[in-house]
Amino acid sequence: MLRFSKSKIIATLAVIIIGLLLGIPSLMSPEQRKAYLDAVPSWVPSWLVPSRAIVLGLDLQGGSHVLLQVDEADLVRGQIALLRDDVRRILRDTRVASQNGIQTIQRGVQIRVPNAADRERLMPRLRELAQPISNAVLGQTGDSSVALNETADGVITLTLTDAGINDRVRRAVDQSIEVIRRRIDATGTTEPSIQRQGADRVLVQVPGLQDPQQLKALLGETGNLEFRLLAQAGATDVDMLPMRDAGGQRVPVERRVIAEGGDLTDAQAAFDPQTNQPIVNFRFNIRGAQRFGQATTENLGRQLAIVLDNEVISAPTIQSPITGGSGQISGSFTVEQVNNLAVLLRSGALPAKLTIVEERTVGPGLGRDSIEAGKIATYVAAVFVLLFMFATYGLFGLIANIALLVHVGLIFGLMSVLEATLTLPGIAGIVLTIGTAVDSNVLIYERIREEVRGGRSIVSGIQAGFDRAFATIVDSNSTMAIAAVILFFLGSGPVRGFAVVFILGILTTVLTAVTLTRMMIALWYQWMRPKALPF
Amino acid sequence: MRLIRLWPENSRFDFMRFRRYSFPLSALISIATAIMLFTIGLNFGIDFKGGTLMEIQAKSGQADVAQIRRTAEGFGFGDVEVQEFGSAGEVSLRFAIQPGGEAAQAGVVQRSRDTFGNDYEFRRVETVGPRVSGELVQSGTIGVVLSVIAVLFYLWFRFERELAVASIIGTLHDIVLTIGFFVITRHEFNMTSIAAILTIVGYSLNETVVVFDRTRELMRRYKTMPAEELLNLSINHTMSRTIMTAMTTALSLLALVLFGGQAIQGFAQVMLYGVVICTYSAICISSPMLIYIGLRGSETVKVPEGRAAAAE
Repeated sequence: MLRFSKSKIIATLAVIIIGLLLGIPSLMSPEQRKAYLDAVPSWVPSWLVPSRAIVLGLDLQGGSHVLLQVDEADLVRGQIALLRDDVRRILRDTRVASQNGIQTIQRGVQIRVPNAADRERLMPRLRELAQPISNAVLGQTGDSSVALNETADGVITLTLTDAGINDRVRRAVDQSIEVIRRRIDATGTTEPSIQRQGADRVLVQVPGLQDPQQLKALLGETGNLEFRLLAQAGATDVDMLPMRDAGGQRVPVERRVIAEGGDLTDAQAAFDPQTNQPIVNFRFNIRGAQRFGQATTENLGRQLAIVLDNEVISAPTIQSPITGGSGQISGSFTVEQVNNLAVLLRSGALPAKLTIVEERTVGPGLGRDSIEAGKIATYVAAVFVLLFMFATYGLFGLIANIALLVHVGLIFGLMSVLEATLTLPGIAGIVLTIGTAVDSNVLIYERIREEVRGGRSIVSGIQAGFDRAFATIVDSNSTMAIAAVILFFLGSGPVRGFAVVFILGILTTVLTAVTLTRMMIALWYQWMRPKALPF
Repeated sequence: MRLIRLWPENSRFDFMRFRRYSFPLSALISIATAIMLFTIGLNFGIDFKGGTLMEIQAKSGQADVAQIRRTAEGFGFGDVEVQEFGSAGEVSLRFAIQPGGEAAQAGVVQRSRDTFGNDYEFRRVETVGPRVSGELVQSGTIGVVLSVIAVLFYLWFRFERELAVASIIGTLHDIVLTIGFFVITRHEFNMTSIAAILTIVGYSLNETVVVFDRTRELMRRYKTMPAEELLNLSINHTMSRTIMTAMTTALSLLALVLFGGQAIQGFAQVMLYGVVICTYSAICISSPMLIYIGLRGSETVKVPEGRAAAAE
């Protein structure tokens, strides 16, 4: 019946008022929000105070969005190199010689040991290389990281398995997230968001960053530092590595690594007191200091090779033994370069190269303009729709308008409590729901009009109007909701913001257009006892 | 106070008559769209094509487009699309995807920032590599297909099969015509466009469902009424609601087109067009389609042969 019990009225109003209050923190600037939260007396339990607010998307507040992908090829190359080292070590330990050395094949290595007795000694050791892969969800998967294959004529092949590579990629993403966080924190950037995306990607979002050039420079380097020696003439075990600032010239560098980035405890950008050149001061841990001290003592007068990501960045001559455990890297660096280098060394090396596959940057000016334009469009849309509804339905139009304003307020409240992200398409979503939210009211009103015209009394017409329109409202909103939910799962960033607003809008419209409108009409009827519909 | 009435009460308008024009017209436009889609094609944005988009604004308020174009073409990054928009010296630059994979894209932004950074503010920079753009194409297509299938199942579950099929035909019609809009206007087709299409899918069904809800109700009340008459009655009954909702939605979209700013204008224009198309298709495509599909396919209601023939 068209009667609302007191308790139901109170419950409806309570839900709406709480919903609207939840939106209040979103209307404040961050400073105001802090002041307001500080002003709340401490005896008030924190869950009673609305404190969560809507997060502005990068397209509205400005900032950078960089999507990085772990370079699988680079990772596989690194894994093959490790496998090769392991096999070489085992061959040496078991004193078995491979007929044609260790061949690198696609995704693995191959050796040739024709002697069956040698193979007998060798195989158990090689089998140890095939480690089982464990998975946080499934536990032991039964797959192993390396597949071992032996033919009758003595060709032994070790290949990296797909499962092993996938596992490495997964772990590389986790490690990368840690390293990236350390690197970005070191630059003093505020509130970066770094998260895994899919199997092999990391999404970095930095609000307020206008030019992500430095960020990209930081993330583009693996940061793998090695201290080696420049090879002397006639040395055999050497790599030919490019020399920085030498026009692509390559120099021979000994394979043996004296110390590496992992042996550093600290690295700081500084200026050389004599030349005033930007340099990086570093400090070794105990193991690094020992090895470095020994190597510099033994090789006085020779040239050190400081190798970063397979490039010789500096090749100082060892003037005296360096036993104190600290040293410096100098070269023709700019201030920015030494700053970045120090950050790279402090944060450790990335497990593999990261490639930027997507970058989106919005300047703060554009974000501000978008918010302004969005506000104006929202107000204008609201005024259009409010006037139109009033002009069509009179008093009932006013009731629908109140419901509409509450509806928009509730979207805000829900988004605040969910700490949802408001994006530019999200603003478009709000404007669009202003237009579609009144649809439920229209369905109800038109039905009421029809029922009354068909000979029903006002009360029973209103009653029937609500009841019969309800099924239609559910159907029409469900179809909209299905499309919106799919959009939510497929879209990313801004588009997802649109889907969120739209889904919330569909949920709240049922409350406002059905329950709230019905309540207001019931109250109106009780007070006025009208003889005819006001439209 | 006199209130507005956009549609007369107790109307008995013969909407089904329109199908003689609307069916051939829509078929023609759909075929034309298909042909244009394969000959002219969509104007894909960087989301789907990959490449780099930059929006810059002159710090002096006055942009020299010709000079920007000359300079940018001199970079050697292939064809550059340079366009002025807005009123305050805003210019957009579009570079095609650079050969050489993901890493090759970075040079474009770097070079542009170095060259124009002094005189222009970089308001937006977007670079999408070949891998991501390929995935976005995939997820966009899946999204549209999936939504149509999901909604088809919902309708099948809630309505009779015939009604579900007719609404889906109407929705596909709306999707095709929306794509036609993109082809003809050369509006950039990007991820936001997919959002617009999915919203249009939702709106299109919303329109059809309201009419069909009424059709279903009337079917129960008038058990022997021929399909054509029944559908006409359903549309007449729901017409004032259809017009009201189309008006309020169109009004709010109009506000977005006029004041929403350049970034959202395209989306709003497409949606505005979509509202018109959806309203048209609900009345002139989905509903009359039921005359051919057979409104009372199930045995719940038996239509006397003579009456059905007379209605034709």
